Amino acid sequence: MTQLDTNQPYALVMRGIVKRFPGVLANDHVDLALYPGEVHALLGENGAGKSTLMNILSGLYRPDAGQIIINGEPVTFNSPRDAIRRGIGMVHQHFMLVPTLTVAENLILGQDDIGFILDYTALEAKVAELSQKFGLAVDPHAKIWQLSVGEQQRVEILKMLYHGAKILIMDEPTAVLTPQEVEELFKTLREMAAVGHTIIFISHKLDEVLEIADRVTVLRRGKVTAVVDTAHTTKAELARLMVGREVLFRVEKKPANPGNPILEIQNLNAKNDRGLPALRNLSLTVRSGEIVGVAGVAGNGQVELAEVITGLRPAESGKILVHGQDITNKPATAAIDRGVAHIPADRTGVGSAPNLYLDENLIMKSYRHPPISKGWAINLSEAFRQAVQLIKRFDVKTPDVKTPARLLSGGNLQKLILARELSREPEAIIAVYPSRGLDAGATEAVHRRLIDERDRGSAILLISEDLDELLSLADRIVVLYEGQIIGEVPPKDELVDEIGLMMAGTKIQAGD
Amino acid sequence: MDGTTLIFIFNIVSAGLRTGTPLLFATIGELITERAGVLNLGVEGMMLAGALAGFAVSFSTGNPWLGVAAGMLAAGVLSLLHGLVAISLRGDQVVSGLALAFVGRGLTAVLGARYVQIRDVPRLPNIEMPFLNDIPLIGPTILGPLFGRQNIVLYLGFLLVPLVWFFINRTRAGLNLRAIGEYPAAADAAGINVVRLRYFYVFVGGMLAGLAGASLSLAVTPLWIEDMTAGQGWIAVGLVIFAGWDPWRAALGSYIFGALRRLPLDLQSVSWLPFASNPILGTWLSMIPYLFTIVALMFSSREAARKRLGAPAALGVPYVRGERGL
Amino acid sequence: MRIKIEPRLIVPKWMSFLGLIAAILAALFFGGFLLSYGGLNPLVAYRQMFTDAFLRSYSPSDTLVKATPLLLAGLGVTVAFRMKLWNIGAEGQLLIGAWAASGVALFVMPPETPRPIMLLAMGVAGFLGGALWGLIPGILKAKLQVNEIISSLMLTYVAILFNNFFIYGPWSAGGFGLTRSFPRTGWFPRLLDFVDFVPAFRGMTAHIGFLIGLVAAVILAVLFRRSKWGYELKLIGDNPRAAEYAGVNLARHIMLAMFISGGLAGLAGMSEVAGVVHRLQENFSPGYGFTAIIVAWLARLNPLAVVLVAYLFGGLLVGGDSIQPAGIPLMIQGIIMFCVISADLLTRYRIRLVRPKSQELEALDTEVTAG
Repeated sequence: MTQLDTNQPYALVMRGIVKRFPGVLANDHVDLALYPGEVHALLGENGAGKSTLMNILSGLYRPDAGQIIINGEPVTFNSPRDAIRRGIGMVHQHFMLVPTLTVAENLILGQDDIGFILDYTALEAKVAELSQKFGLAVDPHAKIWQLSVGEQQRVEILKMLYHGAKILIMDEPTAVLTPQEVEELFKTLREMAAVGHTIIFISHKLDEVLEIADRVTVLRRGKVTAVVDTAHTTKAELARLMVGREVLFRVEKKPANPGNPILEIQNLNAKNDRGLPALRNLSLTVRSGEIVGVAGVAGNGQVELAEVITGLRPAESGKILVHGQDITNKPATAAIDRGVAHIPADRTGVGSAPNLYLDENLIMKSYRHPPISKGWAINLSEAFRQAVQLIKRFDVKTPDVKTPARLLSGGNLQKLILARELSREPEAIIAVYPSRGLDAGATEAVHRRLIDERDRGSAILLISEDLDELLSLADRIVVLYEGQIIGEVPPKDELVDEIGLMMAGTKIQAGD
Repeated sequence: MDGTTLIFIFNIVSAGLRTGTPLLFATIGELITERAGVLNLGVEGMMLAGALAGFAVSFSTGNPWLGVAAGMLAAGVLSLLHGLVAISLRGDQVVSGLALAFVGRGLTAVLGARYVQIRDVPRLPNIEMPFLNDIPLIGPTILGPLFGRQNIVLYLGFLLVPLVWFFINRTRAGLNLRAIGEYPAAADAAGINVVRLRYFYVFVGGMLAGLAGASLSLAVTPLWIEDMTAGQGWIAVGLVIFAGWDPWRAALGSYIFGALRRLPLDLQSVSWLPFASNPILGTWLSMIPYLFTIVALMFSSREAARKRLGAPAALGVPYVRGERGL
Repeated sequence: MRIKIEPRLIVPKWMSFLGLIAAILAALFFGGFLLSYGGLNPLVAYRQMFTDAFLRSYSPSDTLVKATPLLLAGLGVTVAFRMKLWNIGAEGQLLIGAWAASGVALFVMPPETPRPIMLLAMGVAGFLGGALWGLIPGILKAKLQVNEIISSLMLTYVAILFNNFFIYGPWSAGGFGLTRSFPRTGWFPRLLDFVDFVPAFRGMTAHIGFLIGLVAAVILAVLFRRSKWGYELKLIGDNPRAAEYAGVNLARHIMLAMFISGGLAGLAGMSEVAGVVHRLQENFSPGYGFTAIIVAWLARLNPLAVVLVAYLFGGLLVGGDSIQPAGIPLMIQGIIMFCVISADLLTRYRIRLVRPKSQELEALDTEVTAG
């Protein structure tokens, strides 16, 4: 733990912050000090306590102990309103924008210096003026759900500035952006820092931190492990500070040895929940023994693609073949019975039943067939026996089998889902954001399993928004844009810019 | 069109407006509660509480307005019970609302037993608007017969709908209301007290259900009998879905329902309908309002589900600050 | 010093049971308040109710009579509620079941039909009547996403009017709100039928319907615990999207559950007309279908517990018959439901007093559990 020099003219000091949740010590005497006008990165793995610390700073949580000092003055926040008044604004990872309201309405939400009756013309004019001033172009009249993710982020930043924020917290702002949008964001952040705003940049991506930040505070398991200048550190050092050991940046794997086509998608069209086209004439083949990565900005049809293949969403037209057999618009059991495994994007909402025990969660795909099935009944003792084995084999940390799935941590829940899906020795695997929200250890375990499955001969479709993950796992990468495959590239680091452009909708012949 | 047909149509419209008014209050109340993200299925119970409290207080004080106030307060207090379970304890809102409906029914059945025989309760007044007849052309033919002499609750309803629409869509408080029902976390982050506001709007919804009950027992059918709401509280919940959470459509639905509810009585005066005056066959006509509710839901539910429009996104979901998960 | 409320990760069974008992006691306490407000002495009223329900020589039989429809309809509600399908129209399904059984007894089967066949036909008709009535909201929910709470309830009002049409119209006995009596072959055997063998059965009207309910409860208990269907219901109830992901056809299950749920409620109606009133008449059910919802909920959707709770609530109805005003059981039921919900939720939290000073130490004691 570093000692704070309280004589410095800090814009913000957080000292000795402690926050405890049932069973978790999220912040353990955390210190954080920011100079005015700096971009300060808060680096740490998922679960290291970054978000908790920032939720305390933005007034959402109250610390169990510790002090917050702004411009030399100790403050207590009882609500987000107090924090906003003190000039603190947080751009959350999940945007705090009401989708059905307009940009202008979102900006004035919670402000009490406007009249009771809303004068929309005046408000929208004011918003337009502000957006011009900061060079953040948005239409004040547009509804949030009509905007792209990058535009929504601009609205969030604009909102904070409108609220008079001097200290701006950016919670993993790049996770949902294309590489080009990231560049634009960094430009905005630098400009704001130049005019005296202080920016806290939360991330677990080392390259970005080195690029944008002046200084870095590293958190690990709720504690500060170091405060360093980005000018005097390296990626490897930051990684060690963050994870606590040396980290491999790439999973090791043998070259792929693709065999017969297993999963064939032909001219597929499908609609999203709003009834709008989500997939357009999409064709794709995944062979045995290869990992095909699907890159793209979230919301371009990724989830729909996985759902149509696994029979959870109807196809409007087109064909899906598994081993040459047509499973288009068949019930979900058709895909399950033909050996298509599905690691869904939403682990708690789709991939598991939170209040059911682990053994009950593990038989979700196998209860229809022997040995779990026994006529009309379920062989409960066999289910239990299998569960005990799987939990051991897949290293799921749990007190016992009769534990509700909701009590598992994110990483363990994902291992449970892997255990269920992979133990059936699938022919094809549809993995959607398989490592999202997991720490380095769990991510590595997931990656290892997927590569083992590939080497066993499974055909894997890996949908991810994390380019690093795609580059290290996939044998080839296709880019999804507005429901179409806009191009295919080999997984080479030097092609990141091309992939980024394609993610933004530009058609390029990669490798030219 | 001959005179009898015209009178007949006027009767239907007029009765529809009057019978639909209590339902309108209840529907608007539930609409406001749901816009705040809380589902309160206990409208039936709250309406009964409002009807009984209104009746009892009006009877004992002689002042129907005190009755209305008591009815609104009684239902408001009941709604806070639901608020406690749904907002603070984060319980299942469906089950809690069902319980509230049962409590209201049981409570009013016991406490109201001594009021069942009373017929001469002080009622809410009718309002005369003779000047409507002076308006040329439509005055004496349409406005006068329809609105020249109606109960005051009817006009309250006419006022309430545009007011509520304006409040929700054009005021700062209404913006906050929409935000806490759509995305409470965003409202919270913007410094809005989600819990306090949700309690407030549950209470408002309860008071309007109470007003609905009181206007039933003090104006539309001025008496008290057990279960006198006959399912209108449930219909109100259905009409909110039909209305797509919009006050104008809620008004439309309520008045249509009111007219349908009165239809068996109105049709009895029509000589050329053979079965209308037959009370046995009239039971079929009495089914119409309930079937109408179902049919209305058949058309609006699928629409709402497909477009994901209307329903507040956070409806029925308790708000927990900083809940983790993807 | 400040009060801290934290969620419990797992609520122990004994605590949840204690909560239930506390909730019922609290409900009786609050109910007592309201009774005294209504001009009654609650202690006297409760004692009278309890004596009539459980202590007199006829009590077991009388209570069983009231418990029978609660048991059957409660089981029906349980089936739907298990998958969070809020069928609150059990009353309507019960009425239509009674209507169908009455129609079969009066107009379809000849009066000289042997009793077992007659009763079987009535049972099948009752089950099917209720099942089809329940299937309507089921189909509307599965195909058009119509809220089943509203539709099943609206259909209850329709069912009341539908029955009224028949008992005042074509099936009426002399224009009153009732049909003529069923032939004796359409009556359930009652205890008093066996008075020749057991003299103590004199005047006891408990009928075979309760046994049917018991059998149904055992079958459901086995199905819920061991069968694939039971597993699927549980999965849908906990997370419908996960169920779809596991390949469960939601629409089919919604319709099937509503069919069975309505069928059991219909059987309750059949049992009531065959076992108690022996005809179809107005208001023969004092809201059994509604009380069944509370019974199912209190039994935590456990079929065997439904048997017990139905008996207790049968007692409440018997006791309620002996005091005025008539709505007391209804009121107490509602308050019990509210108290049980609150107790359920309260046991999920633990309330602690913490001193600010000790917080840091406590915080340090807690281990970090990372993924």
